[in-house]
Amino acid sequence: MTTITRVLPATSSSATRARPLRRHRVRRGVGYALTAVVALVFSAPILYLVIGSLKPPGQVLDGLGALTPSGLSFRNYSGVLDYFNNSATGYFSGFYLTSLTVSAVVVGGGLIVNSLAGYALARLRWRGRKIVLLIVIGLVILPFQAIAVPLYYMLDSDRDTLRVQFLPFIASAFSIFLFYTFFAGMPKEFEEAAAIDGAGPWRTLFSVILPNAKPVFASVAILSFLTSWGMYLWPVMMIDKPSVTPLPLEIGAFQGQSVVNWGQVFAFGVLMVVPVVVVFLIFQRWFVRSVASTAIKG
Amino acid sequence: MSKPYTASRSHRPSASENITGLAMILPAGTGLLLFVAVPFVLAIWFSLHFINMNSILPPRWVGFQQYTQLFTSPVFYHSLLNNTVFTVAVVPLQCGLAVALALLVNRKMRGSAILRTLFFLPIVFPMALVAVIWKMIYSPDQLGLLNSFLHTVTFGHFAAHDWLGDPATALASIIVLSVWQGVGLQMIIILAGLQEISPDLYEAAMIDNANAWQRFRYVTLPGLRNSLVFVVMVTMILSLQLFDQINILTQGGPGEATSTLMYQAVTSAFSEGDVGQGAAITVVFFVVVLALTLVQRRVLREERAVA
Repeated sequence: MTTITRVLPATSSSATRARPLRRHRVRRGVGYALTAVVALVFSAPILYLVIGSLKPPGQVLDGLGALTPSGLSFRNYSGVLDYFNNSATGYFSGFYLTSLTVSAVVVGGGLIVNSLAGYALARLRWRGRKIVLLIVIGLVILPFQAIAVPLYYMLDSDRDTLRVQFLPFIASAFSIFLFYTFFAGMPKEFEEAAAIDGAGPWRTLFSVILPNAKPVFASVAILSFLTSWGMYLWPVMMIDKPSVTPLPLEIGAFQGQSVVNWGQVFAFGVLMVVPVVVVFLIFQRWFVRSVASTAIKG
Repeated sequence: MSKPYTASRSHRPSASENITGLAMILPAGTGLLLFVAVPFVLAIWFSLHFINMNSILPPRWVGFQQYTQLFTSPVFYHSLLNNTVFTVAVVPLQCGLAVALALLVNRKMRGSAILRTLFFLPIVFPMALVAVIWKMIYSPDQLGLLNSFLHTVTFGHFAAHDWLGDPATALASIIVLSVWQGVGLQMIIILAGLQEISPDLYEAAMIDNANAWQRFRYVTLPGLRNSLVFVVMVTMILSLQLFDQINILTQGGPGEATSTLMYQAVTSAFSEGDVGQGAAITVVFFVVVLALTLVQRRVLREERAVA
């Protein structure tokens, strides 16, 4: 119903639509009910996490009651922060700092080196370009897990460091590929105009290409941030020291103890995800648009 | 993607452009070489040796023994099957749901912006956290959220079920939480595709008296082709890599009900110390992914407007 009126604002007269109106009303009711169910199913895990973390300790497992707030309490939160308060357990702020540092370097460094590579592959002529392009495309499908074990051996002496968590992930075939497709799709008038002004490849890149490539930078930043922020397998293999433990690794360990305080695990979860959710909500419109426009081009 | 215009230029690259090109590719190229290409070659080398992680003995050449051992191991086939089931279930489920959700939030109705946010929100949750939340939802006793819900809606007829502990439901339970976490990204991509479809096409369909299904089948679906191709490919590659959820929720169990190739590779290398075996699994894994990608590219080539 709504789509019809939207698509055909002028041509649809009310007379032609009068007959099926009642059926439409029923259908719309069913539609709303279904939508409500889907929305509930999607929000239940999030509500569960938030509400459970705010209950008095020991009440996370409470059947359906877990979704009804009761006895608002921040004791799970203070419990988490009290628990992670020495160098043996690690500090909660330390996990945060590790995750933030690693993600910032992966995203920042990745934007620079991968965009340069994508640009060189898409817009410059140099010997070996085609072969490098083929290799990059081949590496896109090589999943990280397939090289995790030898990488573990190669970087054995760097275990329990920050750099071992970001160094292998700055250069990314997938990011290069996204940049490449975006740059390759830009009209060649960009360079021609710059060439008339006597600009070389570097100046063309900075003054003409980059200002017109914001969506792809945003998408690569977002996708690589989400990947590195959630990274789990690699820290499982490389990190034992609490001082360089990232958040996902710690929540995995925290929920795997022999006696688990689920309220505290949930509080940990809320603390770990809330800043990202807030940033996401602020930039949502922009975020959605850039991811979408890059993917369509790919 | 359109052809890079450079390919169409006939004259030879100048020396300075050669140098600039190489300089620009160098940082990322070095990274990919050191941290992706070399380890992969090393994985192949490892897979031809016996290496014990916990011993100081040097690697011993064993030829293809790691592979013959792998291909005769029932656990391997179990893992391969689980990978297949997971992928075959998740790709259509997640992509289909993504289309449905995108159609839903694309309607101009009150609350569609909120719905879009809601469906998209789970993708900012790290999988480790998602696994923890769903571990509690699937909690085996009457106090688990899912069990309690089913108990209530069936007026007490549903007995508590051990979702992750029963081989019959363990993998399906993992599938559900994976779709919940991942579907938002696909939905956004499809949504962008929907908004690219010209309203004129729907108008023409309406004039032809096409019903809702026909409009979807002959206007929406063809219009979404490029988005769908991208989404299916990404979903497939990601779903084959299944590891985090398994490691946190089931450790491959019960029995081998949720073991996957990647889970098996990592446990072979780390829990059992058999690095050569772990490497052999990852090599096989890569070959499987490569083969699937090539097949998919070939199948979709004709339909694909952008590479």
